[in-house]
Amino acid sequence: MTDDVRTLSAQLASDPSSLAFLRLGEALRQRGQLDAALKVAVSGLGRYQHLPDAHDLYARILADRLDYAGAFDEWDTVLRLAPHHIGANKGIGFLYYRAGELESALYHLRFAAELDPQDSGLRVAVERVAGGREIWDQPFTEPPSAPAPEVRSDAAAGGDPLARLEGARERLLLVDQQGLRLGGSLTAEGGIDVSEVAAASLAACAYEASRAAELLELGDWTHLTIEGRELGVCLVRPTADTSLLAAMNAGLPAGQLTLFADRAAKAARIWLERHR
Amino acid sequence: MSTAYAPLLETLTRLRGVRGAMVVEVKDGLVVAESLMGGVKGLALAALAANLTTRAAELADRARVGTPRFLHLEASRGTLLAAPAGPELVLVAVAGRDVPLGLLRLEMLRLAEHLT
Repeated sequence: MTDDVRTLSAQLASDPSSLAFLRLGEALRQRGQLDAALKVAVSGLGRYQHLPDAHDLYARILADRLDYAGAFDEWDTVLRLAPHHIGANKGIGFLYYRAGELESALYHLRFAAELDPQDSGLRVAVERVAGGREIWDQPFTEPPSAPAPEVRSDAAAGGDPLARLEGARERLLLVDQQGLRLGGSLTAEGGIDVSEVAAASLAACAYEASRAAELLELGDWTHLTIEGRELGVCLVRPTADTSLLAAMNAGLPAGQLTLFADRAAKAARIWLERHR
Repeated sequence: MSTAYAPLLETLTRLRGVRGAMVVEVKDGLVVAESLMGGVKGLALAALAANLTTRAAELADRARVGTPRFLHLEASRGTLLAAPAGPELVLVAVAGRDVPLGLLRLEMLRLAEHLT
């Protein structure tokens, strides 16, 4: 144990309400003592639930533990509390980059770089994500929203409402209330198509979610996320009488999964409105 | 109803925004232990959470997602969370919109593992 960690531990022990937990947690994280760092961060968060730096510390530890979904949620919380938080913008930018969402990654990394112009490493990262595009003279715009989903042309209207979306052939499934497949398909490991066997369960699960939300007076449900050992799935309702399932590999940020589901739901809704 | 789980449930209910937490039998929705704020309908919460967990497990099985380890139902006025603890029990929490989700999720996963 270094003197720094020892001193901070003693300080925190003598005054558990001290903000020393932030420095202690970070020191432990940097030493790779992630379990100890996590304990310090969680304890600190219990006292300071509205402190952005506490969520930021927790997110960094989660990211080091490869819990990217948890880290994304925490950095998202930080940005809601403090939109100009440099660490959270860097962290969430990194997660977007990792998930292949380059425009979102670029937005947050550039935002962080402009807040901290002395960070030359961050500037290099921004330029790398920009892929050689001139970035610094461009006006700063709002965070990129989900691009309008592509819908099929009228010529292909008789087909699959999700066909133009990435993942439509293996990671998206749209069903009606009776569990009849309307679009997309689910492919399990080994290339096995499980769409038909999953379709009825998807409708039943969505029905149960509606029932729970209504009877528990939670309001209209928007997302049901199920974290599995291999995949994470998110259920949404493009319309009142349809349900959609989107699947992604376990461990990716939950925000990415809901974004993927929301984009597909939007595409499905547009298609259904046009063709019903 | 068991009181042995009380400290465990209090770990959850002391978090901001959490209105109640329960340990529920998945098979029949019976309440094993509960820590609820006034106004939360315990029996309904137990039954509905058990049903949702069962349906989610069926879906996960058929979609080859792998055994569910966490469920999050997000709604306009609140949220329902469930962490299966083995095949028989599920740890359930109901919360408002302003809950620290990442922290609550981590605590529920840790406690569910403890229950297993």
